[in-house]
Amino acid sequence: MSERISAADVAKVARLARLDVTPEEIERMTAQLGGMLEHFADVDALDLSAVEPMTQPYPLVNVLRPDVVRPGLDHDEVMAVAPSTLDGRFRVPPIIGSDS
Amino acid sequence: MSTPTAAQVAASVRAGTTKAADVVERHLAAIAAREPEIHAFNLVLADEARARAAAIDEAVAAGHDPGPLAGVTVALKDNMCTRGVPTTCSSKILEGWKPPYDATVVSALQQAGAIVVGKTNLDEFAMGSSTENSAFGPTRNPHDTSRVPGGSSGGSAASVAAGFAHMAMGSDTGGSIRQPAALCGVVGVKPTYGYVSRYGLIAFASSLDQIGPFASSVEDAALMLDVIGGHDPLDSTSIPQPHPSLTDAIRQGVEGLRVGRITDLPEGADPDVQERLEAAFDALEAQGAVIVDVQVPAFTFGLTAYYLIAPAEASSNLARYDGVRYGMRVEAADTNAMYGVTRAAGFGEEVKRRIMLGTYALSAGYYDAYYGKALKVRRLIHDDFERAYQQADVLLTPTSPTVAFKFGDKGDNPFAMYLCDTYTIPTNLAGHPGMSVPFGSGAGGLPVGVQILAGTLQEPVMFRAAAALEREATK
Repeated sequence: MSERISAADVAKVARLARLDVTPEEIERMTAQLGGMLEHFADVDALDLSAVEPMTQPYPLVNVLRPDVVRPGLDHDEVMAVAPSTLDGRFRVPPIIGSDS
Repeated sequence: MSTPTAAQVAASVRAGTTKAADVVERHLAAIAAREPEIHAFNLVLADEARARAAAIDEAVAAGHDPGPLAGVTVALKDNMCTRGVPTTCSSKILEGWKPPYDATVVSALQQAGAIVVGKTNLDEFAMGSSTENSAFGPTRNPHDTSRVPGGSSGGSAASVAAGFAHMAMGSDTGGSIRQPAALCGVVGVKPTYGYVSRYGLIAFASSLDQIGPFASSVEDAALMLDVIGGHDPLDSTSIPQPHPSLTDAIRQGVEGLRVGRITDLPEGADPDVQERLEAAFDALEAQGAVIVDVQVPAFTFGLTAYYLIAPAEASSNLARYDGVRYGMRVEAADTNAMYGVTRAAGFGEEVKRRIMLGTYALSAGYYDAYYGKALKVRRLIHDDFERAYQQADVLLTPTSPTVAFKFGDKGDNPFAMYLCDTYTIPTNLAGHPGMSVPFGSGAGGLPVGVQILAGTLQEPVMFRAAAALEREATK
């Protein structure tokens, strides 16, 4: 069993990811994620103190475009494929609920 | 193969000597004959393809030019949005969803006269190397149906290999075009990051994803990239400059081209694959290229860095599947509970694993130790490649360490599957282009691909090397 991640970590991460997991999944994922994180040991051995992180390959610059009106998505077409709607809006269960 | 290339078909449809309708019927017949066994598609668009073909034939009869891909059939990976047509990412969570818009590549194909014949199967959300992770069942390799086609764009690769379409579109985040291309014996290209618009490509890892073609020849792949490449104001990461013609580039030879051999490449390629790589160096040298030794020391850390960075980005991108705006929902008493049960029911095991790994790598207390370090390793890899490209115009490696493997071969060990992408992943991290070209066969007569890598926007030189390998392979 890896020391890099515990079952409690996995349970917490699942809550952060809004992903319900069963006790069996927690057990399996703890072993699998731990195994994968073990591979990070060779990276841990590198001295990276002078290296700049690279978030993406292409140098991004702010892009401005002419402020011209163009068609957006069709409202009815978007709502037609939503799981649940009410009066042309997305319907959701209560936001403040029994959970917490 | 005696079947005409896409380039030949487009030329004769434009000239009116071949009917697009006949082309489409031929491919639909091929699909009807073998698709039940291959399962390349999540959806075959027979009626739509016939209607498109009729419109193209009418345009030609009326004296109009339908475009450079007139009558060319294309299979689309099912993570590219098609307006009003189901787009699933081979995930239950998007079952029944119909996008309200077309991806830019889809519009570009339409405008060029291409005909979409279907949406192809993939590993769920493009996470995998065998297409075994699809919620709708695996795709089988047309060369040997007991074996995987590779992945994640396995359906696209198989559709070209089986003759279901002239070409296919895939997406490549860590090798998802090149590896299945190698395993299915077709050409597959991952262009430079930003070469092709990703508007309408459902995001997996946004700093790595890139769209590219599958084709049965280097020329067809060049033709396709000339159509779909270029700036798109709807994709802020698309490179704002025109790209030189690749169909022109492939007419040049490789005389004097510097071809790099990475002397510190991670080991692990099977002997049959290694033997084909050596033959590829010989073939280019015989055509006038110069072989040079280069080093890319950080190459070996690619896999580790990727399996932190890609899941981290995926965990963020896939947060949008929450049962509110699209796809499936499992009802629950409150919103938070609804998110949890919907996502648990909608995502498959590999997707969950990566969401978990990514969320962990980004969470407080672990960000610097994992994600932050992985980004620094990414810089090392990029800089090592840049140094290598000062000495060599292109680099040659195996695409996949092995030929196509059997279903279930990688068992329950996720890392065994990840090793399939050892040679393809570093290029995505660097943002550079890479492509796989079929170059003979290995164990069991199965196809072997050789990977050609090049620096940022060096597609023309990469395609020159590819054309040279193809000349040798098809001698």
